[in-house]
Amino acid sequence: MSILVNKDSKIIVQGITGSEGSFHADQCLAYGGNVVGGVTPGKGGQTALDGKVPVFNSCTEARKAVQANVSLIFVPPPFAADAIMEAAAAGIELIICITEGIPVAQMVEVKAFVEATKSRFIGPNCPGILTPDEAKVGIMPGFIAKKGTIGLISKSGTLTYEAAHQLGTEGLGQSTCVGIGGDPIIGTTMLDLLKMFEEDPETEAIIMIGEIGGSMEIEAAQYAKEHVSKPVIGFIAGQTAPPGRRMGHAGAIVSGADESAAAKKKLMAECGIIVVESPADIGRTVKATLNK
Amino acid sequence: MKIHEYQAKELLKGYGIPIQDGVTIENLDQAEAAVDRVHKEFGADQYVVKAQIHAGGRGKGGGVKFSTTRESALENIQNILGMTLVTHQTGAEGRLVKKVMVAEALDIKQEFYAAITLDRSKGLDVFMVSTEGGMEIEEVAKTSPEKIVREAIIPGFGLRNFQARNLVLALGLEGAAAKQARGIFKKLYQLYRELDCSIVEINPLIITDQGDVVALDAKFNFDDNALYLHSDIAKMRDLDEEDPAEVEAEKFNLNYIKLDGSVGCMVNGAGLAMATMDIINQVGGSPANFLDVGGGANVETVKNGFRIILSDENVKAVLINIFGGIVRCDRIANGIIEAVKELDLNVPVVVRLEGTNAEMAKEILANSDVAIISADSFADAANKVVEAAKG
Repeated sequence: MSILVNKDSKIIVQGITGSEGSFHADQCLAYGGNVVGGVTPGKGGQTALDGKVPVFNSCTEARKAVQANVSLIFVPPPFAADAIMEAAAAGIELIICITEGIPVAQMVEVKAFVEATKSRFIGPNCPGILTPDEAKVGIMPGFIAKKGTIGLISKSGTLTYEAAHQLGTEGLGQSTCVGIGGDPIIGTTMLDLLKMFEEDPETEAIIMIGEIGGSMEIEAAQYAKEHVSKPVIGFIAGQTAPPGRRMGHAGAIVSGADESAAAKKKLMAECGIIVVESPADIGRTVKATLNK
Repeated sequence: MKIHEYQAKELLKGYGIPIQDGVTIENLDQAEAAVDRVHKEFGADQYVVKAQIHAGGRGKGGGVKFSTTRESALENIQNILGMTLVTHQTGAEGRLVKKVMVAEALDIKQEFYAAITLDRSKGLDVFMVSTEGGMEIEEVAKTSPEKIVREAIIPGFGLRNFQARNLVLALGLEGAAAKQARGIFKKLYQLYRELDCSIVEINPLIITDQGDVVALDAKFNFDDNALYLHSDIAKMRDLDEEDPAEVEAEKFNLNYIKLDGSVGCMVNGAGLAMATMDIINQVGGSPANFLDVGGGANVETVKNGFRIILSDENVKAVLINIFGGIVRCDRIANGIIEAVKELDLNVPVVVRLEGTNAEMAKEILANSDVAIISADSFADAANKVVEAAKG
């Protein structure tokens, strides 16, 4: 078991004929993932990845022709919001958007749109999902992960690699690695994934890597306190980040809560999360927790 | 992206929202003409001279002065234009005032606060008003949060009439002023959404003695991701208000933020970059900067990264922490060697490369004739660079 994706996932890539899209689609296929096609409006009927997969004009066509249930999006920012909504409207069950730089106002609308469908959405501006030995749906390098029992949730790409690497050093692997992205508006939250990892029989412990800003880590921690039986190990990046660099007055008062690293770590610890102080101690802490 | 008050007011005016109007100048020799224009065009006999910088707290810092006569207005312009204004948001070094707005002085009966921004946790825009206008709104949020009234905007529906009514009711407005304020709030949300703002803040929004509702100040931030849709807004950017090194970094697609410490950092990925700053701090050092070289790090990015880090004289040592995924570490290693040679570095450089081709990279560095301190792990790298920075 794993969460979100496995070897049976039927993956299409929106934007497969672009340079990013074709490069990473090929990597996903090489990893062993079941990439069954791509979507580029106006290029339906062609093939991509040296003739290995068909290209469709729309997600609806792809869903009909190859029963796609996962879509990976590399469409450029001006068209990405529309691409996400297209996938959701076509009934694609899981949508992962890698694209960086989508206007926030468009993402607000995308989120509302997707929530009105049955689709699950991850991203944008994220590295995607990796279920070791089964499927890679995104841009995480395959070699960083190996099959195991740790569920990994992260706002950051390279910090995910770092955590996976540290786990590897300790002889541990992952059930699934999920990069959720660090944008102000994202589809799937830490709380959503905690629930999934809690229900996944193959996952023994969960790593949650957060950052300053927003209140997602706090919401997840409060949920974990009541509903998660597995150990949760947390890290928050940005304790030395200058305050107020991204948000002005109005942003800071919205939640009324303190979004600093120190405040988040304190609340997480109060909720029973094992908070790692040094980013170099993530793997070691997981190992020690499992040995208890 | 931030803009100045006078620019924000131009935008408000364009949307039909009443503002405290004025004339903005950059040179002292424009002062007399400016005051005379404000007198003629806006019928003002009393003036307010306002420093135009991208920081709050201008009034307390002495950057906003009221004048009852033409002469005193001219004197205030002379004092403020060219001053170094220190506020709680500028830091101790302050900010040079390069522009002032000469505005009409208005008789204030009441002051309110109005703002729109994104509520990240709900994924919605939220419109906020408060009767506590003109104050530090963070203070209000802390001490009397009930005095901030919110209306959440449902995506795609805009600010509805009933919501505008609720906001106006919360401010206790009646009659003509209530009607005026409702119109202003609806237009303000329209502006926020159409121009892809991330914050619009009117503090204070006033009622004049004559009963008119007017925006006395305005602070706007824009979503950088959406600037490609608004070339006219993008042109309002004032590079003088930004750190030159940060502007330079942006040209090379590098995300750089200057800090106060002595350990320069070059990292790929924002999360790992923040974590690197954190660990430097934890082992007793202090980071000189945040620098994310992004996913496509190559020889050029490494070189440019070095140049920008070293433009900061406080830097005593540099840590390069790259986790290669798509990026190949051997290429980064070659880039580092090339950069060190070309730039003639005189500070110690600690390098930690992990991921794709990391072993090959370590060999390349070990066999090179440049003095680079190689690190085996994240913790090792932090310890070595902090040690090196101590000299």
